[in-house]
Amino acid sequence: MQLFINGERRTFEGDAAMPLLWYLRDELGLTGTKFGCGIGACGACTVHLDGTAVRSCSTPMQVLDGKHVVTIEGLDKEGNHPVQIAWRAANVPQCGYCQSGQIMQAVALLKTTPHPTDDEIDTAMQGNICRCGTYQRIRSAIHAAAQGGA
Amino acid sequence: MSQSLPRRDFVKAAALGGLVIAITGTGCRRVSEEARGPSAPAGEPFEPVVYVRLDPSGAVTIVCPRSEMGQGIRTTLAMIVADEMEADWKDVTIVQAPGDEKKYGSQNTDGSTSIRDFLPKYREAGATVRALLEAAAAKQWNVPVAEVEAQNGQVVHAASKRSIAFGALVATATTLPIPAAATLTLKQPSQFRYIGKAMPSLDLRAMTTGQAMFGQDLRRDGMLVAVVARPLVYGGKVATLDSSETEKVPGVVRVVKLPEAAPPSAFMPVGGVAVVAQNTWAAMQGRKKLKITWTDGPNATYDSEQYRAQLEQAVRKPGKVVRSQGKATRALAASATRVSADYYLPHLAHAPMEPPAALAVFENGRCDTWSCTQNPNADRQTVAQALGIPLENVTAHVTLLGGGFGRKSKPDYAVEAALLAREMSAPVKVVWTREDDIQHDFFHTVAAEHLEGGLDGSGRVAAWLQRSALPSIGALFAPGVLYQGEFEVGMGMTDFPYAVANLQEEMGPAPAHARIGWYRSVVNIPHAFAIGSFIDELAHAAGKDPREFLLALLGPDRIVDMSAAGLTGKPWNYDATFENHPLDTGRLRRVVELATTEAGWGQPLPAGRGRGLAVHRSFLSYVAMVIEVDVKPDGSLLIPRVDVAADGGFIANPDRVNAQFEGATIMGLSNAMYGEVTFRAGRPVQSNFGDYRVVRMNVAPRDIRVHLVSSDAQPGGIGEPGVPTVAPALGNAIFAATGRRIRSLPVGDQLTKPEDKAPVKALGA
Repeated sequence: MQLFINGERRTFEGDAAMPLLWYLRDELGLTGTKFGCGIGACGACTVHLDGTAVRSCSTPMQVLDGKHVVTIEGLDKEGNHPVQIAWRAANVPQCGYCQSGQIMQAVALLKTTPHPTDDEIDTAMQGNICRCGTYQRIRSAIHAAAQGGA
Repeated sequence: MSQSLPRRDFVKAAALGGLVIAITGTGCRRVSEEARGPSAPAGEPFEPVVYVRLDPSGAVTIVCPRSEMGQGIRTTLAMIVADEMEADWKDVTIVQAPGDEKKYGSQNTDGSTSIRDFLPKYREAGATVRALLEAAAAKQWNVPVAEVEAQNGQVVHAASKRSIAFGALVATATTLPIPAAATLTLKQPSQFRYIGKAMPSLDLRAMTTGQAMFGQDLRRDGMLVAVVARPLVYGGKVATLDSSETEKVPGVVRVVKLPEAAPPSAFMPVGGVAVVAQNTWAAMQGRKKLKITWTDGPNATYDSEQYRAQLEQAVRKPGKVVRSQGKATRALAASATRVSADYYLPHLAHAPMEPPAALAVFENGRCDTWSCTQNPNADRQTVAQALGIPLENVTAHVTLLGGGFGRKSKPDYAVEAALLAREMSAPVKVVWTREDDIQHDFFHTVAAEHLEGGLDGSGRVAAWLQRSALPSIGALFAPGVLYQGEFEVGMGMTDFPYAVANLQEEMGPAPAHARIGWYRSVVNIPHAFAIGSFIDELAHAAGKDPREFLLALLGPDRIVDMSAAGLTGKPWNYDATFENHPLDTGRLRRVVELATTEAGWGQPLPAGRGRGLAVHRSFLSYVAMVIEVDVKPDGSLLIPRVDVAADGGFIANPDRVNAQFEGATIMGLSNAMYGEVTFRAGRPVQSNFGDYRVVRMNVAPRDIRVHLVSSDAQPGGIGEPGVPTVAPALGNAIFAATGRRIRSLPVGDQLTKPEDKAPVKALGA
């Protein structure tokens, strides 16, 4: 099967039941997508599948034929997506481990909802756990990115 | 990006013309002087704890000996050195030190000690470099040193309007004597360029672009990946193993039985069966197909429901006295109003977002480990012990940590990787899954606390009795430990700061049936919950406003003399002296006043809403918290606002301090609202974020306001002290909103169900 990772065409012939997460991390070395729970309950592994945020730990390779996957590494060539800039301006990360997933989720939210309310942020972001507790800054960074037209 | 930089590279840099400064117990030295070793002043050990390197290019490199797990220590230590040396922030990079206690001192990143331990040393390091550069410039220009001044990466001679970049001074500076510490002038706070300012974290770009490297992200050519099936009962052993199906899984390389460590197992791994594979997925699939039967051992009877009853029994009868002043029993009996309450707090799991992981390479009798460790010294020692090789043959490298909270001070996962690397003659990364992490944690203890208080006729506290029973961390290291250590009762109990004439504190027996470890703020959590809740209960029993009651209970501002406080053992002060860090009730009062003023304490709230207050000193810092809750008619709970007032002494990096208190609030709420690991037949019941719930965005307070007391007192801890006040402030807020008292954590679904009648209530009138 063939698929596109950050715009690059890839051929995959391994275990079709393997989650995308391990293809990204173990085979491609794209370790920005994190392993947090393995059951789609924490959001650390969030990537974009044809523009929609999905949990890569719960997305088997077999559903990806012909699909386009974007990871944190592919979000912006320079790492300067407006959401990434807003994250840095608010000094959001503490340990940083969940932040790839948080950013990918926030980018997907702003694509469909350019100016989210607090309730809409809650709904979109509640699948992404941060044990350091950076939620308040995540919220403010999303609002800031929305203001800037992310 | 985290990287280890052996000293060798620094010495080489010095040889190439870089200026390298090491700080020792006896002052700063150039690294080349270290090479002379024995010719150093007689009797002075060379124990450098930090290196600062300045290259001719102007690049400034600072070594961070402590682990970065979200507290911002890499950035903060860099700020401190860069500020004192007047470096330009854009020239500063930081490298991570490997584990070497002899060289860096304790690198154990817990106990909220990094700034406490390193602030003076790093300021001195920066000031030493500044003095050398100013002396070098004065020499090059042939002007008095008093006429030159280091300014943001260059030295300036105002009289002649000349300036020279730091890098261009390296060659001269390396020929000058290191100034004695006594001759250095540290900056005045008004001169600070970075300290006290909001600085972007050095790891910010890496963390927002997926480039930050954590333990789970480690990769190496030829690396194998292992997952381990461990005994779920503490002390359990493999009875039978059938790995035939596992070996058929494509990618599985080998199945390896790991040595078991009988309790008390300290930092050693608990054993089990490792599946070593070409990749993570194959290892996980292989583990699912293992057929193992276990010999559980005596801890198979561990049952949380029964154990709770056992603990509650233990605190309902007299225990070992740990502090006694006046005559509490008599005064309680004579009180006009007598109140009693029992509190219970279950085990917690750390659940850092990054489950533990470690990579090891074993070659020629030497082992290198890389891991997300809080304590590379322990990695090194435990790996050397497990492999039976000298300490010098182990290098423990430190990656970034995806959270730690105390879990990653215990290096069992690095030992697993080291054993497997030797066995496989290949680099092996051990990956822990979330289930592994929650079920094989070094659990936060489980606690029962019994409180009795007596009020006199005017509603003042005349007598106080506290009994506490919880399995001790000491049980991890020694057999037969039944009671808390002095450091445990000393976390919020024997350092009881309130003005009560008749005080008795006792502890009951509590055997451990699981690995007990330290968890962010440790047993301050149960002690502060019990005391903070009970003060509120007494306030209501006295018919007084909780804030006024609390301030009255604190009594007049004073330093509590812990040597005359009736303790039966030594008082605990977080490894600091009371001279440097006294127990100061005035600082408690001030944070109470600050938090309540900022929170609008006393201003009316709509029905269903309430505010709760709690104050606590831990890790030498003083924190008061007001939590506002909004309890809906269906019992669901929102937290519109939290006000945190904190006095942690001198603050180097206020933005990260604010972030720590924001985060501690969230973690404390996770503990109080959901946190619970229960055991059945010796096995943890919970295993992942589905049943081990934590606070998410939709539950998190939308408005956490941190109010820092500016202070030039010696720095206290920051990472932990925000946690203990959360549970009592939350419980007190729930009581204010609903009239229901939370005595058992977690809150869980208690508010959605009819009220359980309180087991013990006001006894007298």
